[in-house]
Amino acid sequence: MTQAITGKAWVFGDRIDTDLLAPGYAMKKGPEELAKHTLEAIDPDFASFVRPGDMVFGGEDFGIGSSREQAAISLKTLGVGAVFATSFARIFYRNCINIGLPALMFDAAGKVQPGDRLSLDLSAGRLENLTTGRSFDVPAIPPHLMAMIEQGGLMASLKQRFSAPSTNEISS
Amino acid sequence: MPATLTEKILARAAGRDRVSPGEIVTVRVDLAMAHDSSGPRRWKARLEALGTGLWDPDRVVIVSDHYVPAVDADSAAILKLTREFARDYGVKNFYDMKGICHVILAQHGHARPGLVIAGGDSHSTNAGAFGCYAAGFGATDMTAIVATGETWTVVPETIRVEIDGALPTGVAAKDIMLALCRDLGMGNHFKAIEYGGAAVTAMDMEQRTVLSNMAAELGGETGIIEPDETTLAYIRAHGGEVDDDALTRWRSDPECTYAHIHHLDASTLAPQVAAPHSPANAADVTDHLGVEIDQAYIGACVGAKLTDLHMAAQVLRGRQVAAGKRLLIAPASGKVTEAAAKDGTLAALTEAGAVILPSGCGACAGLGAGLLAEGEVCISSTNRNFKGRMGHKDASVWLGSPWTVAASAVEGRIADPRPYLAKAREAA
Ligand code: SF4
Repeated sequence: MTQAITGKAWVFGDRIDTDLLAPGYAMKKGPEELAKHTLEAIDPDFASFVRPGDMVFGGEDFGIGSSREQAAISLKTLGVGAVFATSFARIFYRNCINIGLPALMFDAAGKVQPGDRLSLDLSAGRLENLTTGRSFDVPAIPPHLMAMIEQGGLMASLKQRFSAPSTNEISS
Repeated sequence: MPATLTEKILARAAGRDRVSPGEIVTVRVDLAMAHDSSGPRRWKARLEALGTGLWDPDRVVIVSDHYVPAVDADSAAILKLTREFARDYGVKNFYDMKGICHVILAQHGHARPGLVIAGGDSHSTNAGAFGCYAAGFGATDMTAIVATGETWTVVPETIRVEIDGALPTGVAAKDIMLALCRDLGMGNHFKAIEYGGAAVTAMDMEQRTVLSNMAAELGGETGIIEPDETTLAYIRAHGGEVDDDALTRWRSDPECTYAHIHHLDASTLAPQVAAPHSPANAADVTDHLGVEIDQAYIGACVGAKLTDLHMAAQVLRGRQVAAGKRLLIAPASGKVTEAAAKDGTLAALTEAGAVILPSGCGACAGLGAGLLAEGEVCISSTNRNFKGRMGHKDASVWLGSPWTVAASAVEGRIADPRPYLAKAREAA
């Protein structure tokens, strides 16, 4: 089962779009290089100072824009442990789950401040703010998606499917 | 049980009699499309890791449009990989530098009523204008789709957008969409958007794709339009096959349940512009007249089809781009360029001072030629104006219809196209 994720809070506003997360001009670069540009247009420090386990919070429409999976991959490459937002763009949400980055619908207003220390227990659906001592329920990720995250994402679950001895589920 | 068009298509693709909003279903995909940025370069290593190929190469369409023509060694390498992949994996529907993927699907008869189309691009909703369920997916989702021919989805609720009335002079499908981005917001995630009404029926297919394309800006999963004779005639004229019963089969039932019905009277609309940095910042062009621009751009899947170039030429014929300003035009496909060359449109545009760029995504995605410097202002016929999308992060992009972009190019500042069109009509 998933272990608790601990880290620091990074708080952003509404409509963090995919051009902010993965700027077009840097899209030719490999994942490590591209990740250095994550959110640079609104927070030049983010990519240098974010640490593994840190959690990113946004408002409405997080991940709106392009289908570019690099928007989610860059966050994961930087070690972000989970993304919270009041609402997610559909493709971005699917991309997060597919690469095994937990995306949770949660309104952090008044609950989480930038820099707060946090601990997230995904299976229990609890987010603990270690700085304030308060804790919150976070909505569960639907079971079939949680299973995928626990397998390590969509690629890992596909690998299982393709290496399974019976191939009858792969119809032509 | 009455069903929406989207529910009917998903039920068919799930092998079920019916499906209901909120259900998670696995659907067979009829057509998978991706471009040079989202496709082979992201699939190849993953497919190799899985030890598998494409589930059906004939149901995969690959289009090189984002990095064309190559501007440096990195983009050249991406294009080379794309070509080699198409060859090695037996993808016959490979369009190399022939135009922008969404326009290619339409112009080659790939988009047809009742299909499930999965596209590796957010504006894959574009194909919904042909009465199909067409949605965008990220690269891992697309890898799974091209490997297995299926994907999962939560059956979406449908929002019906009923557009009545006739479009006034100078008001285009683009203006409808900018107004909808403001009025419906960009947060309609996991919802199907279905357009209908007299104004939609009156539109040709190119205008209808503007509605479907920009369903992505509404946050919609798809932007679907029930097929009619206009749809079938277009598909057949572009080499696609379609059954006559498509018209009766692929419609929403009269008693179906919509999450919401939004009414818009097109006859009350003025030309719109969306201020930086969001399509939802739309307002009447008259609210922003006189904003100085450096560049005007007519391009993208949504804004550089033949009818868009015709709109620009209507304004520009016999006029000049303002001194010290630049107008760049990237026709959406080779077919568009060819038709615009034959009917004299290209000449009208270049005589006015427009610079013609290669067909492709180009400046729209911040990848190709025509990018902006720090502090520069552009008005553009593209679909989104997020911060940093078209070059420097401190450049500003306004959105408008090709008419509004062309009128602004003539004045060197944001301008109302209506006076130009009135004059064009008098002259005609
Ligand atoms: S033209 Fe722009 S919006 Fe259209 S597919 Fe290309 S990058 Fe996307």
